[in-house]
Amino acid sequence: MQGIRRLLVATLVILVASLSAPAALAGSLTIVAAADVKFAMDEIVAAFREAHPDDRIRVIYGSSGKFHTQIQQGAPFDLYFSADIAFPRGLEEKGLSAGPTRPYAVGRIVLWSNVRDATQMTLQDLADPTIRKIAIANPRHAPYGMRAEEALRSVGLWDPLQGKIVQGENIAQTAQFVQTGNAEVGIIALALALNPTLAEAGGYHLIDDSLHEPLEQGFIITQRAANNPLAAAFADFMDGPAAREIMIRYGFILPGEAAQ
Amino acid sequence: MAALSNADWAAVWLTFKLASVTTVILLIVGTPIAWWLARTRSRWKGVVGAVVALPLVLPPTVLGFYLLVAMGPYGPVGQFTQWLGIGLLPFTFPGLVVGSVFYSLPFVVQPVQNAFEAVGERMLEVAATLRANPWDTFFTVVLPLAKPGFITAAILGFAHTVGEFGVVLMIGGNIPEKTRVVSVAIYDHVEALEYAEAHVLAGGMLLFSFVVLLALYSRKGASVWK
Repeated sequence: MQGIRRLLVATLVILVASLSAPAALAGSLTIVAAADVKFAMDEIVAAFREAHPDDRIRVIYGSSGKFHTQIQQGAPFDLYFSADIAFPRGLEEKGLSAGPTRPYAVGRIVLWSNVRDATQMTLQDLADPTIRKIAIANPRHAPYGMRAEEALRSVGLWDPLQGKIVQGENIAQTAQFVQTGNAEVGIIALALALNPTLAEAGGYHLIDDSLHEPLEQGFIITQRAANNPLAAAFADFMDGPAAREIMIRYGFILPGEAAQ
Repeated sequence: MAALSNADWAAVWLTFKLASVTTVILLIVGTPIAWWLARTRSRWKGVVGAVVALPLVLPPTVLGFYLLVAMGPYGPVGQFTQWLGIGLLPFTFPGLVVGSVFYSLPFVVQPVQNAFEAVGERMLEVAATLRANPWDTFFTVVLPLAKPGFITAAILGFAHTVGEFGVVLMIGGNIPEKTRVVSVAIYDHVEALEYAEAHVLAGGMLLFSFVVLLALYSRKGASVWK
C-alpha cells in the first residue's frame, strides 16, 4: 500500500511540475522550421544561443504544411519558418500572425544522388529505365514537392514517371530515402545537398528555376508570441550579417539580393 | 457528407488487401510459433516469447527504421532480395506486407498460444493412447478446440494491421494504390487542410474499429486476452 501511495504522489508531483514549468525567469522560444532550412537553422540557432545563453530555445523541423495546420489549431510555436511563403501569409490573413509575413530566402531544387554522378544528370535522365525509384517530397503539402512536380510537368515527365515516384513526408525524409539507397535519385533542396554529410556522399545538379514557380520562403512571429521579446530578437537576428552568411552558404538567395 | 474520392477508395481497398494478406501469412507463420511456445520446456521459451512480444512495446519508428535500412540495397534483406532478382522491398506492397507481419505478430501468436495452452496435456495424451499420430492429434483435436483462439487472432491481426501508420510512413513512400493506406491518406488530408475528406476516412476507421472490437468482445465465452 505504502508503495502505491508513493507512486501516486510522485505521479502527481510530476504532472503539476510539468504544468507550471514555463514560469521560469529566463525567456523561452519555440521555433518551427521547414526541413529544408534545418542545417542552416541549426547553425543560426547556435549563434543566437551564444548571445542568449540563459534562454531556452527549441527548434522543431518538419513539413511546412504540418506546422501550418498545427498553428491554426493553437500549437505553442513562436516563430514559423515556412518553405512556402503562402502558408504564413494565410495565417497572417487569419490574424494568427503578430506582424506581416517576412520573406527570408528563396530556395532551389536539385537532383541529388549518392549512387550516380548527379552533377552530369538532367531531368531527362530520370526516364532512364535503370533508375527505378525517384524520391520527391509530397507535392500536396510540402513546397519542395510542389516545385518538383511543376518542374517535372514542365519537361513533360510527370506522367511518364508516375510509376517510379515515391514521396517523402517532408524534404528531409526525401533525402533520407536516397541516402539509404532505397531510391536512386531524389529531388531535394539545394540547402540539404550542400550539407556536409550529403555533400560528401553525393553530387547534385541544379534544376533550372524557370521550370517551376519560385520557392519563396517566409516566416512569421505567431500571434501568441506577440509579446515575446525573444521572438522579435530572433526575427532581427535573421536579418543580421551572421545569419545571412550562413543562409548564403547553404545556397539560399536572400531578400534584397539579385538572383545569380 | 462528402463522398470518397477514387484515390481514397483505392486507399481503403489497399488497406483491406494489406490486412487480409498479412493476416493469412501470420496465421500460417504464427501457428507453429504459438504451438512451440505453448508446448516447449526449452529454456529459450522466454527469449522467443519476448521477441514475439516486442512489437507490442516498440515504437513503430524503430521497426520502420530497421526495415528501411535492412531492406535497402546495402542491408542484408535488400542484398538477398536483389540476389533473388525481385529487387528492393521498400516502397512496394510486398514490403508493406513484411513490415505488417512483424508489426502484428504478437496479436496473432499470443491468442493462438493461449488457446493451445488451454487445450492441455491430458487431451493430447488421450489422443495418443487412441493411436492418433501427432499430426492427427493436431488437426482433429487441437485445431477444433483452439478455433476461438484462431478467430480472435485473425480479427486482432487484421484490425491491428488496418491501424498501422508509423511503419508504413517510413517504408511506404506514399504511392497511390501501392503503399498509400487509409491511415496515411488521412494524415495527408489533414496536412493539406482537407478536413472534410479526412473526416470521412477517419469516421470510417472509427466505426470499423468499434464494430470489430464489439464483435470480438461480444463473442460468447471468448476471452480476448487470457
